[in-house]
Amino acid sequence: MSTIITSAPPASAGSKDPGHGGGVDYLNHETSIASWLLTLDHKRIGILYLVAMSAMFVLGGFYASLIRAELITPKGDLMSSDFYNKSFTAHGVIMVFFVLIPLVPASLGNFMLPLMIGAKDVAFPRLNLISWYVYMIGAGFTLVALIGGGVDSGWTFYTPLSTTYLNSNVLLTATGLFILGFSSILTGLNFIVTIHRMRCPGMDWFRMPLFVWALYATSVIQLLGTPVIAITLALVGVERLLGVGIFDPRLGGDPILYQHLFWFYSHPAVYIMILPPLGVTNELISTFSRKPIFGYSMMAGASLAIAIFSFIVWAHHMFTSGLSPYAAMFFSLLTFSVAIPSGIKVFTWLATLFRGSISFDSPMLYAYGFIGLFTIGGMTGLFLSTLGTDIHFHDTYFVVAHFHYVMVGGAIVGFMGGLHFIWPKMFGRMYPEFPARMSAILIFVGFNLTFFPQFLVGYLGMPRRYHEYPDEFQVLNVFSSAGATVLGVGYLLPLLYLPWSVFFGEKAGRNPWGATTLDWTHTESPPTPHNFEETPVVTGEPYKYDTLFNKESALAGH
Amino acid sequence: MWDFPIWPESASTVAPSVEALYLFIVALNIGITALVFGLLVLFSVLYYRRADDQVPPQYHGSMLLEIGWTAIPTVICLIVFAWGVKVYAELVVPPADAMDVYIVGRQWMWKAQYPGGQREINALHAVVGKPVKLTITSEDVLHSFSIPAFRVKSDAVPGRYTTLWFQPTQVGVYHIFCTEYCGTEHSRMIGKITVMEEADYQKWLSEKAELGDAVQGRKLFAKLQCVTCHAGESQARAPSLEEIHMKRIPLSFDKGSPVAPGATVLADENYLRESIRYPSAKIAAGYQYPSIMPAYDESLVSEDEMFQLIAYIKSLKKGQTPARNEHTTTPTALGAPAGRP
Repeated sequence: MSTIITSAPPASAGSKDPGHGGGVDYLNHETSIASWLLTLDHKRIGILYLVAMSAMFVLGGFYASLIRAELITPKGDLMSSDFYNKSFTAHGVIMVFFVLIPLVPASLGNFMLPLMIGAKDVAFPRLNLISWYVYMIGAGFTLVALIGGGVDSGWTFYTPLSTTYLNSNVLLTATGLFILGFSSILTGLNFIVTIHRMRCPGMDWFRMPLFVWALYATSVIQLLGTPVIAITLALVGVERLLGVGIFDPRLGGDPILYQHLFWFYSHPAVYIMILPPLGVTNELISTFSRKPIFGYSMMAGASLAIAIFSFIVWAHHMFTSGLSPYAAMFFSLLTFSVAIPSGIKVFTWLATLFRGSISFDSPMLYAYGFIGLFTIGGMTGLFLSTLGTDIHFHDTYFVVAHFHYVMVGGAIVGFMGGLHFIWPKMFGRMYPEFPARMSAILIFVGFNLTFFPQFLVGYLGMPRRYHEYPDEFQVLNVFSSAGATVLGVGYLLPLLYLPWSVFFGEKAGRNPWGATTLDWTHTESPPTPHNFEETPVVTGEPYKYDTLFNKESALAGH
Repeated sequence: MWDFPIWPESASTVAPSVEALYLFIVALNIGITALVFGLLVLFSVLYYRRADDQVPPQYHGSMLLEIGWTAIPTVICLIVFAWGVKVYAELVVPPADAMDVYIVGRQWMWKAQYPGGQREINALHAVVGKPVKLTITSEDVLHSFSIPAFRVKSDAVPGRYTTLWFQPTQVGVYHIFCTEYCGTEHSRMIGKITVMEEADYQKWLSEKAELGDAVQGRKLFAKLQCVTCHAGESQARAPSLEEIHMKRIPLSFDKGSPVAPGATVLADENYLRESIRYPSAKIAAGYQYPSIMPAYDESLVSEDEMFQLIAYIKSLKKGQTPARNEHTTTPTALGAPAGRP
């Protein structure tokens, strides 16, 4: 289907462009390794992040496969308890901090943001490069900690286990995460300034693509939340290293204080992971149904509302910790407030599809998968925000299933949709459509097979982070492990065909999807080093399809 | 192979309440997920792209719809929230006649102490129809005490007490899990709770007969020389502990004391425990800061002994404080460190 669209009028603009086919673009104007490692180009930095995070994703996935292999049988027969605990800690630390949190903003965001708002680059290109190096240094520390024996604190580093009782590499890992946090802060800062100061003429706030709104909301959380986790990890270090009583009651500290500090960041962090994919999905739904997003300002507002509400719900992770019942009620009520804007988003997409012109290219299949999994993930959140049921579900596999639906089913699937969407822009080549659709379907099916049984086993009461479990939970765990195999194949396919397509894929025009935002209408595929030949001027809304097949107005920018 | 449970046993009085709420939310989940998936499929069938240059009508929004899908979910959420609070109230407020059992978690076992002095490890016994209140703490790291068949759970937090209660409705043997990751052997920190008929239970108790917790606590009270100062007289160096449990105590706000003027504290188990471990934390009005009482850390009073001391203090009625023996030594001479400020 994509090939047919390439020949549609907006795409034909690409063929007469002198820069295309042998022209100078950001990939070929310099090709040395140094030109990549010292680049200040937001597009190249986005790709550097993409490569680094893909590697971390494969590593995190490897640990996930160890966990699922061990859980096929109730007895701990494949590995020791210590190694199992180190595996789920490594899986959690890598996936949460090194993949999910930076995933969409640092890769797709870096690449797309300046293109979408008509800017030549982000506001601080050097800071942008530094943030990648900071990420790599943080990753280096963590990898050394893993290779040098591992860490078995769980990704949550709960005290006093992490500060007093463990003799694994807690400090080294915490140092890695402390450093990594600055990468997140710098990216957030950079994006906020870019969105405020670098929009091209005519690009009002309410003419910005919704992905930009999502990045803005995310950046605010990154900037305000990340310092808290940095301080918290530093305090863990102080207690562990110097024996100053902060969290350990034997030293006069309070372990619950740690949970407050940790979740004050780590709950909003969930929205750092999910808001950008929510934003990406807006672009996909609009483009592949050729409809403006239904209720644009409501959608933009919902992103900001989620960002704000995310900071006032953290104690719902602590309902069983002896929290005052009144505080528990308060946080339960506030938690429901996040459900409202999340629901608005899903209904808005459905209304956008209504009477649309829907095509099923693989980015759209991913977007459908995203809506489905995000809906299940969000709806099952009701069990956990409701006090009466959360007590039973807390720290069981139900919670594991719920947050994988949101963070993997949502964030990763949304990312995959976004990645396939911008792939032709990124490399000027189409990925092969058939394996891409296969991958989207395999991921959706495999994901549900893996995680739906975990809702059931969680309801039965199986606690998370269990190396061994009672026999009656085995069948559901076997289903889950079998599903993980399908899911693994789904993830493996893009790792093969995407790199292949960079060299051998069919050439893409400047706008193969018939999208209407500046990144598609005003830049080449791949873009020139400075994105735009001349500064674009925006005169209307971002999603406007009625002029799509009128070449002149399409080229004039709406 | 297909014979596996997908529904946990329901064996306590609160379990059906949790179950009803659970089913309500399941119905909501199915309804809304079916709506979303159904519309996705329906729109895909009706509105797939017919021609490459097809441009659909461009709607930009509808205030009425947008208000609708904001307001309706809000109402649904409020209903679920309110129902959740109602069930939660059942879960956290124990009946007054509940039997006290004390639980200490440690890496990697659960220790239980009964009022009659019986002790168990990784096991618990209870009677059908008789409410039990667990007071839970930990000697080392965080743990969490969970009985899925009863739908109850509470973290074991070092340095403080948490509580949970249940009233079994069915004879049987049910899982006890530790649900808070606590280190290497976390998944082996499991046990069983056996629910019995009253007669069987009494038989079991008598087989495990021991000196009661309060009696053991009285011995500790004497051994640790508490009575030297807590003499139960108005001119004593420390407040009388008679009938102190669940009384509201006005606090001293001497210079340097970390309490605000006019503050009071409820003398629950947590306060009694804190006052033994850290005597200066909250000092009763009329006594000086910092406390002259030594701090009793784990090396002097273990968590198990702490429960016995508290059981004794809770049992202490008017005029029952033992007579002071002037010839015994003071606590400091026993090796207790001086009170920490």
